[in-house]
Amino acid sequence: MFSLEKLVSIIQAWLQSTLRDPWAYVVVCVMVGVAAIALFAILGLMLVYMERKVAAHMQIRLGPNRVGPMGLFQTTADTLKLVMKEGLTPDGADKFLFNLAPFMVMIAAMLILAPIAFAKNFQIWDISIGVLYVAAVSSVAVIGILMAGWSSNNKYSLLGAMRSAAQIVSYELSAGLSILAIVILSGSLKISDIINSQADGWWIIKGHIPVIIAFIVFIIAVTAETNRAPFDLAEAESELTAGFHTEYSGMKFALFFLAEYINIFIGCAIGATIFLGGWMPFHIGNWEAFNHVMDFIPSSLWFIGKTVFLIFLIMWFRWTFPRLRVDQLLNLEWKYLLPISMVNLLVVTLMAIMGWHL
Amino acid sequence: MLEELGTNDQGDMIINVGPQHPSTHGVLHLVITLHGETVKKVEPHLGYIHRSIEKMSESLSYRQFSYVTSRMDYLSSHINNHACALAVEKGLQLEIPGRAQYIRVILDELTRIASHQLWWGALAMDLGAFTPFFYSFREREMINEVMEETCGARLTMNYIVPGGVMFDLHPDFQKKVKIFLAEFKSKIHEYNELVTGNIIFQNRTKGVGYISKENAISYGMTGPSGRGSGFKCDVRKLHPYELYDQLKFEEITEEGGDAFARYMVRIREMEQSMNIIEQLIDNIPEGDFQAKTKAVLKLPKGDFYSRVETARGELGVYIVSEGGTTPYRIKYRSPGFSNLSALNDLAVGGKLGDLMATMGTLDLVIPDIDR
Repeated sequence: MFSLEKLVSIIQAWLQSTLRDPWAYVVVCVMVGVAAIALFAILGLMLVYMERKVAAHMQIRLGPNRVGPMGLFQTTADTLKLVMKEGLTPDGADKFLFNLAPFMVMIAAMLILAPIAFAKNFQIWDISIGVLYVAAVSSVAVIGILMAGWSSNNKYSLLGAMRSAAQIVSYELSAGLSILAIVILSGSLKISDIINSQADGWWIIKGHIPVIIAFIVFIIAVTAETNRAPFDLAEAESELTAGFHTEYSGMKFALFFLAEYINIFIGCAIGATIFLGGWMPFHIGNWEAFNHVMDFIPSSLWFIGKTVFLIFLIMWFRWTFPRLRVDQLLNLEWKYLLPISMVNLLVVTLMAIMGWHL
Repeated sequence: MLEELGTNDQGDMIINVGPQHPSTHGVLHLVITLHGETVKKVEPHLGYIHRSIEKMSESLSYRQFSYVTSRMDYLSSHINNHACALAVEKGLQLEIPGRAQYIRVILDELTRIASHQLWWGALAMDLGAFTPFFYSFREREMINEVMEETCGARLTMNYIVPGGVMFDLHPDFQKKVKIFLAEFKSKIHEYNELVTGNIIFQNRTKGVGYISKENAISYGMTGPSGRGSGFKCDVRKLHPYELYDQLKFEEITEEGGDAFARYMVRIREMEQSMNIIEQLIDNIPEGDFQAKTKAVLKLPKGDFYSRVETARGELGVYIVSEGGTTPYRIKYRSPGFSNLSALNDLAVGGKLGDLMATMGTLDLVIPDIDR
């Protein structure tokens, strides 16, 4: 059976037998870095392709189908075009911040990859405060967006950046609170502990209604945090042309574009990890045969499958709903989602104390 | 005039929307004063697509001048041509054969449906939903195919000419229109499910861009935009032309006066237009499709005015004739221009996003405003 875990241990054993200790770690760090960047590029390309295909099928179109088999290389061609384009810096822009902003957004997205468990025992860094780390680092991206909006010297960009800041800061709260619900139930902030606590059933199933509410709130918050429709106010095309990245072109624009898709992936990966059991296969009570068949599916496939399902959900939102207005967006968070998730958190705490979830 | 510096003395942000902007649907230039996200003033600047159609018409013959009107409100080009033909016929005191009248009314109503379909998709796109745009184009394509078979064009029709219509109908016309009607009856339900019933859409449009009936009248708002404020201004009812006095249809008005009311007027109007076509499509009389006219038309001295209901409101054509083969002066009263004049009243106090909903429901076609 294919397993990423075995691959990792083989590489590790080989490195430790051939190199001395500090050098082995250096090589491991380089390999992880290269793998993360490669994953970034591949994820970006695949998700953009997926988005275009999903959109096409919802809009009675075919989507890209000319470049490569089924249009698979369309996004590669687009990226090549973007790389070759001139990266313009507008007159009167704050050049340093303008050039730094896309990297800030990108680095923030990249850092969150660390604690995500892609498969059984396949994780870059199983930090003990995993969930807290994710929540903290994901809010760094807003600095990059603000930077981009401010330094562009463009009023559309500024409006977009202000919207984005207000939006991300407020939706962080309900995303955090809904993650907390699971932290309370599983009793740990560590990603691997949260996954292991779901060995006998995913939280969405054994957590009853409060966890389902938390899950819905989380999905809404993730959609908002990644600036996706119906919450894409920061780049509202019909209002602000392209929002905070109006003035960006070429590769700098591509970095923003890529970061958006990476953020979707990360948001959905976190959702899949804490609510849908991460790489944990689907088990039903004591159906031995069924559980055994489920175990046979590689853990990486389970993880990717769940994440892609959530990504599809978010894409579905985008191609169905109109956009909210800026005051409605904040009303939704502060008047509805936040109170709901707070009450929900209390219910979950009660549930955990009484042991109803077991 | 243009405060290009970006802010005024009260610290408000002055932003130029357009002439190139995704939701002005053409080359409209709005100078918006924003206080935070709240709109304080909207000042439209026109003239980016002025082709001096009225002046040009003075050197075109009475057969030719209606051709340029297809380029005014390009989404209701049949109806524009119709208005011109009516004015010329008034001058010549021509009797139009029954068959031509039927064809004209059916095509007018098909045009109205097609225009409202496009508006529906574009409005949803202004509000951030892309998918409806493709859905509306799917059904609009069926109408366009009918048009293509009938007059050889899909946008600038030039089919309705003084005296009747240019050629006879395509043999498949009735069949294809009936297929469209049957298909669109169920699709309009889909439109309502996808957009009308959507809670986000309703929140975005209800109470947005309000204008009272009195103000709508004083701005001269006509068409669905005026009727959304309860102003009964349907030319087809008030001054019936062609067959409209013999037809059974409702004049749609809504009392809301907001973007949602204007939206509902258009949605319900599509149903009424289908109703009109259904009454006519089986009864198209046999006979001539064009009255006998001289090769060169000469209008007697005097002025002639005709008014029709386009998809956007009342279009007036005013011809002053000196008795020659070309008009002495032509003036168009275009619905878009009057509707746009109300924009400042509608948008002030709302958010920037509301402005897009307001402009979308006014259904502006910029070449119609500039001419």
